[in-house]
Amino acid sequence: MNATQPILSARGLVKRYGRVTALDQADFDLYPGEILAVIGDNGAGKSSLIKALSGAVSPDEGEIRLDGKPIHFRSPMDARAAGIETVYQNLALSPALSIADNMFLGREIRKPGVLGSVFRMLDRPAMERTAREKLSELGLMTIQNISQAVETLSGGQRQGVAVARAAAFGSKVIIMDEPTAALGVKESRRVLDLIQDVKARGMPIVLISHNMPHVFEVADRIHIHRLGRRLAVIKPSDYSMSDAVALMTGAMKPPADVLAA
Amino acid sequence: MTQPTPASSPSQDFERVLPASPAEVASFEGHGKTFLQRAREFLHGNPAAVPLIVLLASLVIFGLLVGSKFFSAFALTLILQQVAITGIVAAAQTLVILTAGIDLSVGAIMVLSSVVMGQFTFRYGLPPELSILCGFAVGALCGFINGFLVAYVRLPAFIVTLGMWQVILATNFLYSANETIRAQEISANAPILQFFGENFRLGGAVFTYGVIVFVALVLALWYVLNHTAWGRHVYAIGDDEQAAELSGVRVKPILVSVYVLSGLICALAGWAMIGRLGSVSPTAGQFANIESITAVVIGGISLFGGRGSILGTMFGALIVGVFALGLRLWGTDPQWTYLMIGLLIIAAVAIDQWIRKAAA
Ligand SMILES: Nc1ncnc2c1ncn2[C@@H]1O[C@H](COP(=O)(O)OP(=O)(O)OP(=O)(O)O)[C@@H](O)[C@H]1O
Ligand SMILES: [Mg+2]
Repeated sequence: MNATQPILSARGLVKRYGRVTALDQADFDLYPGEILAVIGDNGAGKSSLIKALSGAVSPDEGEIRLDGKPIHFRSPMDARAAGIETVYQNLALSPALSIADNMFLGREIRKPGVLGSVFRMLDRPAMERTAREKLSELGLMTIQNISQAVETLSGGQRQGVAVARAAAFGSKVIIMDEPTAALGVKESRRVLDLIQDVKARGMPIVLISHNMPHVFEVADRIHIHRLGRRLAVIKPSDYSMSDAVALMTGAMKPPADVLAA
Repeated sequence: MTQPTPASSPSQDFERVLPASPAEVASFEGHGKTFLQRAREFLHGNPAAVPLIVLLASLVIFGLLVGSKFFSAFALTLILQQVAITGIVAAAQTLVILTAGIDLSVGAIMVLSSVVMGQFTFRYGLPPELSILCGFAVGALCGFINGFLVAYVRLPAFIVTLGMWQVILATNFLYSANETIRAQEISANAPILQFFGENFRLGGAVFTYGVIVFVALVLALWYVLNHTAWGRHVYAIGDDEQAAELSGVRVKPILVSVYVLSGLICALAGWAMIGRLGSVSPTAGQFANIESITAVVIGGISLFGGRGSILGTMFGALIVGVFALGLRLWGTDPQWTYLMIGLLIIAAVAIDQWIRKAAA
């Protein structure tokens, strides 16, 4: 299965926060077209790993490659420009701004002509149209007013906005850190369907989740993160959910064949 | 994907009922809201409404109390003239406070810029136009130092600008040798320095160019803050800096640009102040920082950043002016003005807290 080259990979990532080592020689591989789930205990370093991959933190050591080429993201914007779109665990939305303004934050559309080039005027109608399209595509909600402030939305609706933003703009890789954590049963299902849709478009996805049924349902491979590093990579067809949990918590030693995967 | 037909087979048994469930989302709008809740939501969406209402109410009240002496074109435009300088500085302050910062050095930057404009003309014999440009450059430089220390060195804005206030003010006194440039000298040799003091009349109304530039500046900033990406980013930074950074805002350069723009606007205020006073005085504008914060707070801008409209700042500055003139014409002790303004500040912050709960 490793015949193809990973689209996004990392070797020996180290990230320290003072005396806490969040990433301890972590490796990572994402192959084209796959859904890779990342599981691990709280504090295992999952969010730190994806923050390193998405430019939100710069690792102290290690190397990240996109399409085989070494990359150094200095900010989340660098990663976005390279086609990596991320839904952060804390969502990274600006509460007081509208849904449309949030979706287009940092990549606003300006009006054509002088209004846009000289007066830098935002093309609100165009942004709102696209935002509405993306949200209804996601089917997560019927929002009364696309120009309402994000802080007036429920937790699940906010998550929907963050997911829709990533799905709308990702071109190479989409990373989602617990995208269904705040969602109801129906809304979680929509996000899982969306993940399948995005995969069907050929885009690889990194999904961090604590929900084992969701992970086993959608993942092609499961990256098990423990104590700041990759412990093993397993296929959901070869292992049971309880095996995965046992590996993740240290109750079971990983068999030799999955260690290098 | 309007109908939830799962592309995937549900992994949990209880999900099987999902396709049968209605697709539209529950709507709570419309019922069960008290008048107070509606009012709060309206104010949440229209942050300049409270100061506008207070402004109109105070105009009516003083109109009734004082009569035509107050409610004349002359008196009302006099208020505009009296608040123009504070208003311009308050516009600069608004930008900084929207990013959840504060600028205590605005008054000092204003004074130093005006002193540079005057001294460069009269001490070094530079053409006044060039001296004015130098004044703006000094304002921008002071703002840049503030912005750099806040954004890149990550020091708290309060501390940085508290320090810069002292540094700039001391520089101003050392450089000017505490020397005032007299009004006659300026109008004889460099009248352009007094440009913003010139006025035109429409009936009884008197408009100085200082008033015009104040209103024009607020309208321009309102446009920039609400209809350009830069403006949205300013709000996003004040709202939640980390979220803004993660979602693609270049936080540091934007913060620096905010403080530089604030410095430039203070220089503009310095120029306008020469017009208002006639002279260039290094001791002028002592209270501009406190007055600007007062206007911003009464204008409904949240000191926590990210909320409020710059139109509110303009109304806030006008409210102060209305109280000051109204109470004076009514014949009270000027201390009443300070007392009322103090109460307004506290009320404004209380209302801000209450409105913010609309979101929670
Ligand atoms: N900004 C930070 N400053 C200090 N320590 C941090 C920071 N971010 C993460 N850490 C530490 O790094 C470790 C890994 O955190 P991380 O957020 O990556 O875990 P996680 O696997 O995502 O956990 P969870 O499942 O709870 O989301 C933790 O011990 C955490 O305390
Ligand atoms: Mg996490």
